[in-house]
Amino acid sequence: MSRLMTCIECPKGCRLELETDGSRLISVEGNECKRGITYARQEIEAPVRTLTTSVLTRGLELKMLPVRSSKPIPKGKLFAAMDAVKLITVTTPVKAGAVIAPDFLGLGADLVACRRLNKL
Amino acid sequence: MAAALAARAAGVEDVLLLERDQHLGGILNQCIHPGFGLHHFKEELTGPEYADRFVKQVEEDGGIEVSLRSFAVKLTKDKELSYLRPGALEEVKARSIILATGCRERTREMIQLPGTRPAGIYPAGLAQKMVNMEGWLPGREAVIVGSGDIGLIMARRMALEGIAVKAVIEIQKTSRGLVRNVVQCLEDFGIPLYLQHRVSMIHGRDRVEKVLVVKVDEELKDIPGTGFEIACDTVLVSVGLIPENELLEMAGAEIDRKTNTPVAPEVNLTSVPGVFACGNACKVYDLVDWVTRDSGLAGKMAAEYLGSLK
Repeated sequence: MSRLMTCIECPKGCRLELETDGSRLISVEGNECKRGITYARQEIEAPVRTLTTSVLTRGLELKMLPVRSSKPIPKGKLFAAMDAVKLITVTTPVKAGAVIAPDFLGLGADLVACRRLNKL
Repeated sequence: MAAALAARAAGVEDVLLLERDQHLGGILNQCIHPGFGLHHFKEELTGPEYADRFVKQVEEDGGIEVSLRSFAVKLTKDKELSYLRPGALEEVKARSIILATGCRERTREMIQLPGTRPAGIYPAGLAQKMVNMEGWLPGREAVIVGSGDIGLIMARRMALEGIAVKAVIEIQKTSRGLVRNVVQCLEDFGIPLYLQHRVSMIHGRDRVEKVLVVKVDEELKDIPGTGFEIACDTVLVSVGLIPENELLEMAGAEIDRKTNTPVAPEVNLTSVPGVFACGNACKVYDLVDWVTRDSGLAGKMAAEYLGSLK
C-alpha cells in the first residue's frame, strides 16, 4: 500500500513516499535524512507528538508556566493529557527542566517546566 | 541576547541590554510550542527553553548589564539613547547601538476585511499571548484569516484547549507557513484549510457571529456564487509581521517604506554607521536559529566598528 506523508521532524518538511503493509513500514523515499525513516515508521505504527501547553500558577511572577512532555506521547492521548493538565496548579518556584508531574498519565513521559519562574 | 554575547566574545567590554518586558526573551516567551533550536542547539526546544539558555549565558557574563522594564523612547544619530524604566528617564550615550526590536503584527485594518467591528477579532500573536501567558481563551468557535505560522500554531493551540477551530482561510494558492505546521497543526486536528479563499464579510453586533467566505480567482477577485458562511465567535488574523524600526527612523536611518526594514547593502547594517539592526527588525525570519546566527554576526560587526574607532 502506497502512502504520501510530510515529515514534521524539522522545518524542511520532506515529502515522503511510503510503502506499507497497512500497519508496518516497508520502505520510504523522499527523505533527506535518517530522521525521516524513524518518523515514517513511528507515524505508521504508533504516531506520537510532543505536548506543549501552559499550566496555572499561584504566587509566581507569571500567571502561566509553559510545560512540555519530556518525550513525545501517543497522539491519541493528547486531549486526555490536556484535561489532566488543567487540574495542575504550580505554587513553588521552578527552574527550566523541573518535573511538574512525573510519569504523566502513566505514559512514561514527565511533564516538565520550560522556563524558570520565581516568586512574585 | 545573541548579539550582546557575540559582541562580548569579540572583545566589547561594556554592553547595556535594554528590554521593555519584565523578562528577557521577547516573543520566544509566548511561543511555547516545540520546533526551536534544531540547528543552533541540535535539539528541539520550545521557545521559553530556547530563551532560557541565552538568559543563563547573559547572566553569567559580567560585562552585560541587563535593564528590564526599560522602554527606549528616543535615539539620535549620535547614538544618544533615552529610555524609561520604572521611576526614571535614563539617558545614555553609546558608541555603537544594536536594535533588536522585532516586529509588530499586521492587523485587520491593514488588509481588506470588511464588515462590522464587533469584539472577538484578534491578531494571532496577541491571542497566543492571551492563551499561553495569561490563561485566557479568546472564544469558543474560531476562524483564522491567513495561514502564517503564528496562525497555524494558534489553530493547534486553540484546538488543544477545546476551542472549535472551524477553518483557516488563505487567499493565496499555498500556505504562507512551514509545511510541517500545516501537517502537525491542521491535518492532525482535522482543521480545514481553504486556499484561494478570502473572508469577504465579518458579521456581528457586539460579538462576532459569523464570517462570509468566498473563493477567489487567479487575480484574487471573488468568484460569484462560491460564497458560504461559517458561524463563529472569534476571528484570528494572521497576515504577517511589520518590523519595528521607529527608533532607527528617529536616528535618521533610511527605511524601506514597503517592508519597514532598514535600507542597507548587507544584513544587520543600517545607513547610520555604528547603528545595527538584527533579528526580525532587520528582516522577518521564519526560524529563530537563523535569528541567532545573524544576530551573533551583528554583535561581531558592532565590535569591529568599535575597533575601527580607536
